[in-house]
Amino acid sequence: MTDHHSDIDSVTGTSTTGHEWDGIKELNTPLPRWWVITFYLTIVWAIGYWLVYPAWPLISSNTTGMFGYSSRADVAVELANLEKIRGDKMVALGAASLADIEKDPALLALARAKGKTVFGDNCAPCHGSGGAGAKGYPNLNDDDWLWGGTLDQIMQTIQFGARSGHAKAHEGQMLAFGKDGVLKPDEIVTVANYVRSLSGLPTRKGYDAAKGEKIFAENCVACHGDGGKGNPEMGAPNLTDKIWLYGSDEASLIETISLGRAGVMPAWEGRLDPATIKAMAVYVHSLGGGK
Amino acid sequence: MNKTVNPNDLTSDDDYGPLYAARKKVYPQSVSGTFRRIKWGLMAFCLGIYYFLPFVRWNRGLGAPSQAVLIDLPNSRFYFFFIELWPQEVYYFTGLLIVAAVALFLMNSVGGRIWCGYLCPQTVWTDLFYAVERLIEGDRRERMKKDKSSDPTRLKRISEIVLKHSIWLLIAWWTGGAWVLYFNDAPTLVKQLVTFEAPMIAYAWIGILTAMTYVLAGFMREQVCVYMCPWPRIQAALTDEWALNVTYRYDRGEKRTSVKKAIELRAIGEHAGDCVDCYQCVAVCPTGIDIRNGPQLECIQCGLCIDACDNVMTKIGRPKRLIGYDNDINIHRRQEGKAPVYRIVRPRTVAYSAIIAAVGGIMIYILATRSLLDVNVLHDRNPVAVRLSDGSIRNAYTVRLLNKSGYDRVIAIDANGPANATIHVIGVDSVTPDRPMIVIPRDSTSELRLLVTAPADSNPEKSIPVRFHVTDIGLGEAASATDNFVSP
Repeated sequence: MTDHHSDIDSVTGTSTTGHEWDGIKELNTPLPRWWVITFYLTIVWAIGYWLVYPAWPLISSNTTGMFGYSSRADVAVELANLEKIRGDKMVALGAASLADIEKDPALLALARAKGKTVFGDNCAPCHGSGGAGAKGYPNLNDDDWLWGGTLDQIMQTIQFGARSGHAKAHEGQMLAFGKDGVLKPDEIVTVANYVRSLSGLPTRKGYDAAKGEKIFAENCVACHGDGGKGNPEMGAPNLTDKIWLYGSDEASLIETISLGRAGVMPAWEGRLDPATIKAMAVYVHSLGGGK
Repeated sequence: MNKTVNPNDLTSDDDYGPLYAARKKVYPQSVSGTFRRIKWGLMAFCLGIYYFLPFVRWNRGLGAPSQAVLIDLPNSRFYFFFIELWPQEVYYFTGLLIVAAVALFLMNSVGGRIWCGYLCPQTVWTDLFYAVERLIEGDRRERMKKDKSSDPTRLKRISEIVLKHSIWLLIAWWTGGAWVLYFNDAPTLVKQLVTFEAPMIAYAWIGILTAMTYVLAGFMREQVCVYMCPWPRIQAALTDEWALNVTYRYDRGEKRTSVKKAIELRAIGEHAGDCVDCYQCVAVCPTGIDIRNGPQLECIQCGLCIDACDNVMTKIGRPKRLIGYDNDINIHRRQEGKAPVYRIVRPRTVAYSAIIAAVGGIMIYILATRSLLDVNVLHDRNPVAVRLSDGSIRNAYTVRLLNKSGYDRVIAIDANGPANATIHVIGVDSVTPDRPMIVIPRDSTSELRLLVTAPADSNPEKSIPVRFHVTDIGLGEAASATDNFVSP
């Protein structure tokens, strides 16, 4: 090997490393000093970083760093700050009555904003993001309320739910008249057509209206009331209006009467704090103006 | 193998040259005269506005900011004396930018790079930094000598350098400080800054702008104009032969000769140029060029060479303005013995003026007639329509009312859409049926949930337009917005 320091490339005037391939020599172009210093500084920095911040995984934990920093603690502090900012407003919301919240524009705006977020997190899976509902899940934008549509009634439903297992939950369900053998299949078809006639829907040819009325009076009136106007005490829907939770066609009605219906609304008391439930009640009430 | 080339044998015509040119430091000499005075005046004017405008007060009534010019980012408001703009009105700035751009074109077609030479912040601050440098280190010759030969470790030299940079940093820091004052109440923020209670972001911005001012005006200087700024390239394409530029009148200056020789030549009745090759125009130039080489990209047309040359011409008893605002057309006319012509009014300048007048007029008109009451409507999307128990159809809307005035308003809302429809605003008990009324506090928006219910028999097949009309029942001001009413 030649002494590469004395081997100067004639074109560039730079020394070579002495390595040669097919007549091409590798130039020895050292890194600029500032670059090398910066490189060593980054190494020093990295070591400092390991010491100061959590860095190395151990078997069951990790090194904690000199000051015990953790990003989770940072988040906790930020959340606490947020709560502090929101605190007074949510206290005011908790203290006001439902009716007062709806009359105070500032409180209403707060309750609607809070309610909308919480609704999206907790209620939207069943009721839809705008409360439009689906089959079996009531539309919260209309004026038909199974368990009552006043602010207090809505709040009660949110708090304790329906058939949720909570001691104060709404109870009462549509019985399975067919499955339990109370009504025969032809009776079910007849009463289903009678129910359709209550809201002015067309009925099957040759259906016996008198028989339907009789079956209805014997089996349904207890909950749905005379004339099928419904009863919010028992969550029995009004059968004379245009709103049908499980569908108004004959097949759906036969299914409902045969197998019964008992949709569940969970109780939110204990899962959401009282002020939040209040905000939710106001939000849901504001969707369609309640009743 | 290729033939060997000795690097020393390479000429600039070869492919192997240095890739980058080193900066040649410029040492502008001090000069006095008309254009220098204009520059001092404009510098004082521009910097005076920039540094002190945040402290100008403007009474907008209780509860509103009292700063004449304020960009209130947290509340999304821009205040400019009697004007208060909301975020949705940023299009006014489009108009402002159009006017600014065309004004730049107009300046350019009348008097060349007036912006660059007198008004550009880069010029103004560099000029100020040069003045400081001159004050501490002396004029051109002294500075050149000190940079070249004097021992930088000598105490006097060190103290000079430290003093110069300290003053530069002080100016730079004040520049950054003034900037943040436009975004917050100035007296309050100054107090907070002094007591270290100001928000971190304020200190960060001061730091950034201090560094930028210090680097751009203290070190980069003319390189910003020559290498970084796009305007020299654009303006060259926008200019025409009639535009007046700082020009060396070579018809008069050539052929250059000495004072003595010129007197001798003139004595025997021969022509002699007025230029005595004294290089004063080069010495004072802040970009270090020779104006006698004709128009060039580096020339920011600050007019200082005019002053320098005028002083020399006065001394040697020749007429002033060997260098002056002129163009090549006139040089040729003079060479042909004709009188020079100055055409300030020509299609180009008329067109620019017309555009400025038109856009400015439109802006003033829009600003003067702008409504202080506005309404936006957003239709509910999920569900778009709801069937009620009696078969009627309801659509819900989010209505946003904007009260841009300085007083509270009582607003009545009407909706004209489907026949016999009723409207209801959540949380509002209407005194007048179907005409909900609400109070909107001054300078604020109010978001309402509005329900429109059409009777069952209306049953629209298609969507029906519905017009929301809001009226200030006290003043009669009104605004409206249109949306659609649909059936499920």
